[in-house]
Amino acid sequence: MKQLWIKTLERIGRKPTRIEATSSVMAIICGLLFGLALMIVVNPAQAFPGFFTVITGPFQEGMRSLGNMLYFGVPIILTGLSVAFAFRTGLFNIGATGQLTMGALTAVYIGVNWGFLGPFHWVVAVLGAMIAGALWGAIPGLLKAFRNVHEVVTSIMLNYVAMYFNTMIILNFLYDTQASRTAHPLPSARLPVLFLQNVFPGSRANIGIFIAVLFVAIIHIVLKKTTFGYELKATGFSRDASRYAGMNEKRNIVLAMIIAGGISGVAGAMMYLIPGRHLPYETILITEGFTGIAIALLGLSAPIGVLLAGLFYGALHQGGTYLQLYDFRPEIIDIIIAVIIYFSALSLFLQKIVRTFINKRTKASMGLSEEVEAR
Amino acid sequence: MEHVVKMEGITKEFPGVVANDKVDFDLRKGEIHALLGENGAGKSTLMSILFGLFHPDEGKIFIRGREVRINSPRDATKLGIGMVHQHFKLVHNFTVAENIVLGEEDTKNGLLTMEKSIRRIEELSKLYKLKVDPYAKIEDISVGQQQRVEILKMLYREADILILDEPTAVLTPQEIDELINILQSLAKEGKSIILITHKLKEIKLAADRCTVLRLGRKVGTMNVKKTTNEKLAEMMVGRKISFTVTKKRAKPKDVVLQVENLRVHNQETKKDLVRDMSFEVRKGEILCIAGIEGNGQTELIEAITGLRPIDEGFVRLNGRDLTHASIRERSLAGMAHVPEDRQRHGLVLDYPMEYNLILQQYFEAPFQRRGFLQFPPIRKYSEDLIGSFDIRAGEGAISIARNMSGGNQQKAIIAREMSRETNLLIAVQPTRGLDVGAIEFIHDLLVEQRDEGKAVLLVSLDLYEVMNLSDRIVVIFEGENVGEFDPDKVDERELGLYMSGSKRREAS
Repeated sequence: MKQLWIKTLERIGRKPTRIEATSSVMAIICGLLFGLALMIVVNPAQAFPGFFTVITGPFQEGMRSLGNMLYFGVPIILTGLSVAFAFRTGLFNIGATGQLTMGALTAVYIGVNWGFLGPFHWVVAVLGAMIAGALWGAIPGLLKAFRNVHEVVTSIMLNYVAMYFNTMIILNFLYDTQASRTAHPLPSARLPVLFLQNVFPGSRANIGIFIAVLFVAIIHIVLKKTTFGYELKATGFSRDASRYAGMNEKRNIVLAMIIAGGISGVAGAMMYLIPGRHLPYETILITEGFTGIAIALLGLSAPIGVLLAGLFYGALHQGGTYLQLYDFRPEIIDIIIAVIIYFSALSLFLQKIVRTFINKRTKASMGLSEEVEAR
Repeated sequence: MEHVVKMEGITKEFPGVVANDKVDFDLRKGEIHALLGENGAGKSTLMSILFGLFHPDEGKIFIRGREVRINSPRDATKLGIGMVHQHFKLVHNFTVAENIVLGEEDTKNGLLTMEKSIRRIEELSKLYKLKVDPYAKIEDISVGQQQRVEILKMLYREADILILDEPTAVLTPQEIDELINILQSLAKEGKSIILITHKLKEIKLAADRCTVLRLGRKVGTMNVKKTTNEKLAEMMVGRKISFTVTKKRAKPKDVVLQVENLRVHNQETKKDLVRDMSFEVRKGEILCIAGIEGNGQTELIEAITGLRPIDEGFVRLNGRDLTHASIRERSLAGMAHVPEDRQRHGLVLDYPMEYNLILQQYFEAPFQRRGFLQFPPIRKYSEDLIGSFDIRAGEGAISIARNMSGGNQQKAIIAREMSRETNLLIAVQPTRGLDVGAIEFIHDLLVEQRDEGKAVLLVSLDLYEVMNLSDRIVVIFEGENVGEFDPDKVDERELGLYMSGSKRREAS
């Protein structure tokens, strides 16, 4: 048993990505423990059953809750992917929210007005959302590449521009005065549910999860297998070295932001081309874009990691919907997620802890490592 | 003989590496003791332990016969130990005096009183012939003077055990002579000096004894007067080393690179970094640009390779005008570039070796097909290069560049740039910071490239390298070509005068 433990630690210690992954898991555990503590403070009697329900959320009602986990995960996977992709290129896309808003607005606009498209209606709405998000992402990309304006500043500003623009367009063109809310997309613009209704009866799962997985797969392949991904990552790791190697960093920056924006735009379509959900017309920032930053961090900026972290978010979110049964506010889930984000932001610190721990435990059994001979 | 420092059985382990393995070291009062070894031999670790930056895992340290624990540089200072690091630790917009007193300021009612300190600095600089102007700002004085400030800083703190880490790396031959004189007069006054270096010539000139380290272990301590450079080098590397590059006379042919009236202007300071620079490099010769650091070499090469825009003049490669071409166009036209800053430009440090070895060719067949990287050819290519250039990396092709030693990083860059189909090789300080073994290897490769018919443009600060390797020398001073020389008809001393701007002649 002890042997196995040390072997596992050694395996983790050998690769930096494994240490990082361990620190992500630690962030999650710390966040959950903090949530438990909070629940104990708020309502000691119900804390443990409530907490148990949260962490087993996706399995509470069989396939229905599992389907909802997927549903909640979709926009977060996409915004997380958007942030992660930009990050691999060395760009901090803090504007996922704005790109998402523009995508959502475009999708709803097409969904409400372009009924003549028939069976292609929802497809065009999603593509429109992608283009809108891409254009919105291109602005900070262009400014960064050609005017050296930091993308964090521009993309934060554009979040607000998108928010007000959204309100303006909705109140002028998309407002349903009878219900006093944003008009609802036509049924033909809704995301198809496909066979998922049979697999996950009663849940809200729809084609979105396939779209999210498709994007994860595409980005994974682009980053791992293509020369384009090779260039993007090189630019992200070292702008100087990629310039030295003759890569067109300006073009790469713009393209990376366009792609990141497009993915966030699609997330917007996934959120509002759904029966019963209305794009808010109030001037509030849609939080999914910011959650994406956390998910990207937690998923170590790797597409597969983002997929897992996004699904985990979906599971927590689904678990949170049951909390009212135990006299808790579902907002506790948001607090837990916020704490997890805090801990993942401390990931460098956690990584250091993991590293020292592993070194201490394995040193005795290691002896002289290969590195010495390699020198 | 009194031992001011005695280190016994010092062992220091870093994760996976034994940096010092039971090393003994002793320093006598009033001697200059050189510490010699390749990169990674453990010299700096040993001295960092003495200066309190690291704690040894095992071993004892005695200062003036008393066993001590040195937990921090502050403890070391209290014990009279001072250190000049390879990269000076000076505040650039402070005056010399302010830098010297930093951390030890005299105050009166909480206000600085500099007069007393300045008087002491002047006394010290007179006593040890360390001429500096206490009121000058650091940014306005030469590197050699900055080094004197660092030495004064130690003396001001009443250090009598002085550690100097690679002190000559940044100096001209004249400045090196001065430094050695200063060190010898310091030793005469009873100071004990440790000189970390891998330059054998200076050890011969300056040191009394020399301790050689290899792979973390002590090889031996020699009396410098009773040994030869060859013997020391052999101890350091563990095999025989040839010092002179063996090469045939160059047979220069057609002009490959032509640089004409090149001007590079700095918009902010309104100064010309490179001015009216002209020269040409021919097929089959090594042209060396010699000069003191910071005289426009960096900017000149950046302009030629496309990293920096050219304000005036022309760059032609095989007759083709590349003045305003992109970096990629230049590279495809036949320019290979071993950059000055190998970690910043030369490598994507977080990429594995195989990715770094195709950094200039990833978009060409067979490494790419329809936009997709072709992994088997990439692996094979990189394994070939790793084998033929003897790049030592723990995990071969998949080793992350960041985890490799400086020498192997440089070998990787050189392997990449030399293995491409090019007709011009630009190498900027290709051997900076490397040990003699690696230097020998790289020098041989450069000559080989020349003999294969490439034009080689070498930029070096190391006069020894310049004299040994080049077929023609251009001296650069403040961005200008101040003279062109045949290495057989000029000596280091003469070159030094041109490099420091004391002499110049119109380019022929």
